[in-house]
This record gives sequence, C-alpha cells and structure tokens, in this order.
Amino acid sequence: MSAHSNALDHAHDDHDAHHDHHQTFISKYIFSTDHKMISKQYLITGLIMGIIGIAMSILFRLQLAWPNESFTVFEIFLGKWAPEGVMDPSIYLSLVTIHGTIMVFFVLTAGLSGTFSNLLIPLQIGARDMASGFLNMVSYWLFFLSAVIMCCSLFVESGPAAAGWTIYPPLSALPNSISSAGTGMTLWLVSMAIFIASSLLGSLNYVVTVINMRTKGMSMTRLPLTIWAFFVTAIIGIVSFPVLLSAALLLIMDRSFGTSFFLSDIYIGGEVLHNSGGSPVLFEHLFWFLGHPEVYIVLLPALGISSEVIATNARKPIFGYRAMIASILAIAFLSTIVWGHHMFISGMNPFLGSVFTFTTLLIAIPSAVKAFNYITTLWKGNLQFNPAMLFSIGLVSTFITGGLTGIILGDSTLDINVHDTYFVVAHFHLVMGISALYGLFAGVYHWFPKMFEGKMMNKNLGYVHFWVTAIGSYAVFFPMHFIGMAGLPRRYYSNTAFPYFDDLADVNVMITIAAIVTAAAQLVFLYNFIISIFYGKTGEKNPWKSNTLEWTTEHKHIHGNWAGEIPSVYRWPYDYSKLNEDETDYVLAGQDYVPQTVPLQPNEEEMNH
Amino acid sequence: MTVFLVLIVIILFAVTLWQMSKIYALSKGKSKDVSGEVANDKDNSVNAKLMIMFTVFLYFLMFYCFWYYSKFYLPEASSEHGSKYDNLMFISIALIMFVQIITQFLLHFFSYKYKGEKGKRALFYADNDKLEFIWTIIPVIVLAGLIIYGLFTWSDIMNFEEDEDALVIELYAQRFNWKARYAGDDNTLGNANVRFIEGINQVGIDPSDADGQDDKVTQELHLPVGRQVIFKLRSQDVLHSAYMPHFRAQMNVVPGMITQFSFTPTVTTEDIRTTDYMKEKMRTIQKIRNDRNKVLAAAGEPALDDYDEFDYYLLCNKICGESHYNMQMKIIVESEEDYEAWIKQQETFKASIADQE
Repeated sequence: MSAHSNALDHAHDDHDAHHDHHQTFISKYIFSTDHKMISKQYLITGLIMGIIGIAMSILFRLQLAWPNESFTVFEIFLGKWAPEGVMDPSIYLSLVTIHGTIMVFFVLTAGLSGTFSNLLIPLQIGARDMASGFLNMVSYWLFFLSAVIMCCSLFVESGPAAAGWTIYPPLSALPNSISSAGTGMTLWLVSMAIFIASSLLGSLNYVVTVINMRTKGMSMTRLPLTIWAFFVTAIIGIVSFPVLLSAALLLIMDRSFGTSFFLSDIYIGGEVLHNSGGSPVLFEHLFWFLGHPEVYIVLLPALGISSEVIATNARKPIFGYRAMIASILAIAFLSTIVWGHHMFISGMNPFLGSVFTFTTLLIAIPSAVKAFNYITTLWKGNLQFNPAMLFSIGLVSTFITGGLTGIILGDSTLDINVHDTYFVVAHFHLVMGISALYGLFAGVYHWFPKMFEGKMMNKNLGYVHFWVTAIGSYAVFFPMHFIGMAGLPRRYYSNTAFPYFDDLADVNVMITIAAIVTAAAQLVFLYNFIISIFYGKTGEKNPWKSNTLEWTTEHKHIHGNWAGEIPSVYRWPYDYSKLNEDETDYVLAGQDYVPQTVPLQPNEEEMNH
Repeated sequence: MTVFLVLIVIILFAVTLWQMSKIYALSKGKSKDVSGEVANDKDNSVNAKLMIMFTVFLYFLMFYCFWYYSKFYLPEASSEHGSKYDNLMFISIALIMFVQIITQFLLHFFSYKYKGEKGKRALFYADNDKLEFIWTIIPVIVLAGLIIYGLFTWSDIMNFEEDEDALVIELYAQRFNWKARYAGDDNTLGNANVRFIEGINQVGIDPSDADGQDDKVTQELHLPVGRQVIFKLRSQDVLHSAYMPHFRAQMNVVPGMITQFSFTPTVTTEDIRTTDYMKEKMRTIQKIRNDRNKVLAAAGEPALDDYDEFDYYLLCNKICGESHYNMQMKIIVESEEDYEAWIKQQETFKASIADQE
C-alpha cells in the first residue's frame, strides 16, 4: 500500500499503482483480485489437497504391502470402512480413485499451473495484473469450492466415488453398482464440473494477458520459457476441458434423467435396465480427449519452470530457445490427437489403434529434443546447486526414465499385455506425477522470495528434502515396472486371490516402505515452507541473479507490481555469461547476467532475439 | 508385526524431525549475510558429490531390478503370436535401456563436472542447429523403425485370418465371475441378449434361435492346443477386461457390444508345468506359502491352499466393483482328444432347459 492511501484515491483506477486504495482484510486476503495473492491462495489450497492425496496413497500402500492386516491408522482415518482395523475393499477403491483425482486435478493442475501462471505471467511479461482481476478471483473461488465439495464427498455415508479416477461408466453410472456410486459419485461430478469452469476462466485470462499485456519490447520471442509453457498450457486447457465437461454432463444425465448415452444392454441386481444403444466406449473417447492433454497440462508448466530455473542456475542461456518453443508447440498439438493410446484394447477399430500408435510415438521426438537441450544447457555451465536447481535436474531425470517406458505403452502391440498393470502405474507416476511435483517444488523454492516479500526458504532443509525424495521416488516406482511385467493388474485390493503373485509380495513391502519414507520427507518441505513464511531470512531483491522482470520489483507487494513506470524490455531473458565483443569480460563488467531491462551495450554483439 | 512397523515409522519420523531441527539450528546460527540461503561454493561441491552418489544409486537400482526382478517376467508366451510380442518387447526394452543409461549418465555427470565455483565462467552457448538436427533426426529414424515393426505385429494380431477349424468361444463377464460359451457342433453361437436372462439361462441365449440350442456354457475355459480360438467377448453389467497374460492376450469386455480377440495356444497346461521356469516358480511360491502357514498356524488360523501346480488363468483387468480383485477363471490347454472328451460331457443349452422343465 502506498503512503498515499486516503479517501481521495478511491476514485482512481485500481490498476494505478501510485494510488492504491485502502484494503480491508477481506479484500486483501480473501476476495483479492491481486494476482500475487491469488497465486498464494492457489498454492496453499493445492498443498493442502496434496497432503490429503499423498496421505491416501500411504493408506492404500499399507494395504497392498500387508493385505488384510489390521492397522490402527486405518481405524482412525477410515472408521467404519475398516472394521477392526482391516481395510474394506470398497474403501480401497475409493482411496485410489480420490488419490488420482486430487493429485491430477487439484494438486498438479490447479496447484502447479494455477499458482505459477498467476504469479509469473504478469510479473514476467511486465503487466500490472491479469487482464481481468475479477475473473481471476472467481476462478480461484470456483476452484476452492470444487475442492471443498471433493473433500465433503469423503464423508458421505455410502462412501466417496470408487470407479477409478477415469470414472468409466457403467460402473460410475449405475448408482446401485457399488455402494459408493451414489451420492459420492454425484459430488465427484459436481466438483469436477465446477473445477472445469474454474480452469476455463483461469486459462482464458492467461491467454488474453499473454497476448495483450506484454510490456514494451517484450516480443513473443523474448518471453521466458515459463510464459510460453503457461500460455500453451492454457490453450490446451481451453481446447480439451470443455469436452470433459460435456462427458460429465452426459454422465449426470445418464445417472439421473434416464438417458442412455453410455449405457446399453445391462443386467444388474437381478433386473434388466431399460437403457439401450449407448456406448461406454464413447465415454472413453470423451474422457481421454481431455485426459491425455491433461498430462501435458500438468507437465508443460513444470518443464517451463525447469527451463527457467536451469538456465538461471547454470548461468547459461537455455540451449536451443527456439527449438524449446517449437517442441512445446509440437507437444501441445500432438497431445490432442493421441488420446486413443489409452484405448488400444477398448474394442475400438484396430485401424484406429495403428493411427494412435503413430501419433503417440511421434510425441517422443519433441520430448527427446527437450531432454537433450536440458542436458546441453548443463554442459560447461557454472551450476549453482540451489534446491530449485536440484529439483529441476531431478525433473529431467524422471522425465527421461518415465518417458522412455512410454515408448512401450504407446506401441499398441506391447500395450496388450501391460495395459492396466503396475507397469502403467510406474510409467505415469514417474513421467507426470513425480516430474510435475519436482517442477512444483522447483517453482516454490525459486519464487518463494517473490511470493513472500523477499523471505527465502532454508536451503539445507531443501537439500534434505530433495535427496530423500529423489532416492525414495525412484525406489518406489522403478521396481513397479517389474511387477507390472509379471502381469500384476492395478487397482487390485489384494493380490492374495492369485497365489501366482505370491513372490511379488516382498517387492510390494519394499515399495511401501520407500513410499512412507518419501512421504515423510515431504514433511521437511512443509515445515520449511511454513517456518520460512514467518521466520525466513530476507534475501536480496534478485537473490538468484536472474534476468527476468519479476526480480526488478520490490520485496513489498503492491497492487500493480511496479511503483513507477513498467520497465521496458530490450533483450531475451537468457543473456547469462554473455561476453562482450573482445571477450575480455562479461557484457556488464563483473556481472555474469544481463537483465532484460538493460539496453544493448556498446561493445556487445547483437543476437536475433 | 504391525506394531513393529508402526514403531519403525514413528522412530523414523522422530529422527527426521530431530535432524531437521538440528540442521535448521545450524543454518540459523552461522551467518547473517543476505545471501545466506543462496548456494555457495561449499553447497555446490557437496551437492555435486551427492549427484555422483545418486548416479551410483540409480545405476545400482536399475541393475538390481534387472538382475533380481527379471525372474518375475512372464514365461515364454504360450500362444503363436506371443513370440512376436516377446521379440518386440525385448527390442524395445534393450533400446530404451540403452538410451536411459547414456542420458542419465550425461545428465548427472555434467551436473557433477560443471559444479559452480566463484569466478568460474560458464560458456555462452545458445544454439547449434547441427546438433539439434542430429538429435531430432536420430529419434525420428529409430522411432520410425519401431513404429513400422509394431504396426505390422499389431495388424497380424488384430486383423487375424480365420482358420477353417477355428474354435469360436464367447467369454461372458458378469460381476464377479467369468463364463465361457462354446458354440457347439455347428460352431455358430446363438443370438444372445441380457433381455433373455431368466432362471437357468444365465447368459441370455435367445431360446428361439436354432444356433443357440447346442451352445454349451461352462465355468472353465478349455482350449485345444494348436487350434485357433476366436473369442467373442460380452459383458452383462459393467466394463471388464479379459486378461490372459501368459498368452499375451487382452481385450476389454463392453456392455452393449461384442469385442473380439484371437490367438492360437501352443503350450499345454501339462507342458508348461514341466518347464524349469514353472517348476522353479512353484517351488519359490510353495516355500513362501509354507512359511506363512507356520505363522498362520501359530495364530490358530486356517492354512493356505497348496500351490504346487500351475494353471493358466484369465483375470479381470478393468475396475468393476468390490470383488474386482478376485474375478478369475481357470484356463486349461490340452490335447485335441482331451478337449473333445471334455466338451462332450458339457450339457447343451437345450438339454439344460429341458432338465429344468
């Protein structure tokens, strides 16, 4: 708040930074239209949902490692769903369903993209705020509402949704198919419908802001890769989320109004249903038309963040800036035409399977380019191992490991025998779960000073957090490939019905222990996060010596970001360690970086950015 | 056991918290300069060393998994197309592990080698079209090869030609069990729909269809070795997936439509039981079960069934409800004569209706 705040200024435009009007607690912290506050709201809501999601995974991992054993922790958290401490099969299915939903949508979509798109788009393009602060606020509160509804569904008498996060009908469409397909499923659908509305409002805002509100000199090819990633992510969201909404609406109609979009020829509970002519495969198409781009909605922001963090901390320009943009665009385009690889054996025409195999394996090409470019960026760098940098390197590592097994799953032939086994679970957790979480952590460590007025997170706790997580997550997910190749299906409450799987039990125990340790390491992060908000050391204005515009703002948050004029931009954001023409010193003597606001220097060679 | 594990977890938590507070206290006391939370040379060199140790861990983990867990791989395929599948899988795994080993090495080795030091100058290296071209074109060529190989195999498997003596069997899924319907002497399945389900007619065969009269519904799946089988899959309630891992076969079962898959079994149940792989597997599993039985006996609980004879199985691989994890059917691959003898004993639809009346 500037010193000028008084009644006179109320008449001024909100976006006029010099004369910020007085704000009450409610308008500043709750119904805020300021993008920085909204980003913090997204982050904290996302983290809380993340705690719930990860805790659930620990519960069902316990059941998988020690099937049918009694645990006190089950009695505490599951209550009547764990008679005498033994987990009930239906709550197991609910746990995996809600774990998936929460992690994919609430943590990695809203928590990651929502947080950093909001924080960084205005700050890095040089705008006072989002194009519409009000819509931005509505977007957050719709997200919050959907999160609350999702959490409420956990307390429904008949149990939360349990049809898998893909909610394939007819299981999700027939209220009497499982006990939890009633109110729990309804709340799931309502929550997701609201979530989609929130996501669309957010995405439209991001796209408009990036296109219209870049500061003077900020051409599209001078944008940091973070912004490119958020921009393209928002476009994919706009293209694909409405399709999920339509699928959800049709499913609601099938459930409540007797239509037959997805239902046909069903005999359940001793009677034949009237439904005829619908097809569950149609639902699969609609679901995966969002579901697959969703993977990239989750992953691209993480890749954008890591591009920025790696370049800054390697003190080198990101290698192949234009190739990076091209691969983001290629991935985005291809991501909308590969959904069928989730459905090779769904009963669709095998010819379609061939087409989707082709497009799916194509997507490996831009992904490979990205991985190689990251590695080359590290080459001959001067790497500063801040926690954010470690997480970004970790991201590249898991992205490669998880991405490579995609070559197996994307091949329709090979998919036949590993489809829906633990091989798939291992693949997508590494490539989108762990990688995107690493991106989230990298972003939090890197931009924490920007969110919390200059305070910095403790680096040593950050190191502990990273190394335990890095080892733990590989220990959880790498062995999983092998039990998958043994033909062990996912979503099995217990593998004891098949003696053939008995020798896999030890591996499951090992995985669960690794999962518990890894989850415990996240407590280090939470502790660090909360303590640093209050007691963190205040660092410099530009602690990582970065080139992008957000570091030209003051520690103190003001509505409008820059107290004076918005800075103009004269160069791309990656002039790290650039030498002058005689190669005697850096472009700015003694300083290995040239912020975007610095005009071309006299003895500097101009690049075409 | 449980208490013990809970204790371990609690102790680990406590240790973590203790270490955390220690590190925090250490980091707090030392310096008061503003760059305290930015990595310095010491952090860089410590983390660079950790990076190397992590690489060792990662390679050890990969090696360990391939060395000890590769015994979990399914045995050689028991179907004709399965060997093609296994070849493609082997080539793909070899390829991705090759790429994995090289790229992970480069990533972590560069991280170690180029660790930050004060005064060190990084190389300003923004672009190199030739390099980028090379690592675009190499994946293009390799993937093109994989795609073509994969697609030929896929079309062999899915667009199968029907042999003259092919056996047509309907796999019928209902929560939570499987049924098989054999087409009978005419080798043609009678029409069926859930609307015909009534009393003993559990799979809904149309009683007025002559083709259906000699159909035989069974609880076990018997397949004659060396003869092509065409499966027609039908579900009466929700989505299921018929997964026969040993035959490299899987197809979803969708209510409202009939899906299909075909393979030719090549190894009889008897033969696979005598392979070294299966003998070893049964020994290991029986040992695990014996050990567990001792624990169960001590707790006064009933012992587990023996598992010393392998049988092929069909399992459900698409979430279908509470007992999804136990929806299975035994598969027996046997000689043509044994199969003929078995199928003769099964009751036709006509006979079962007559029995009822």
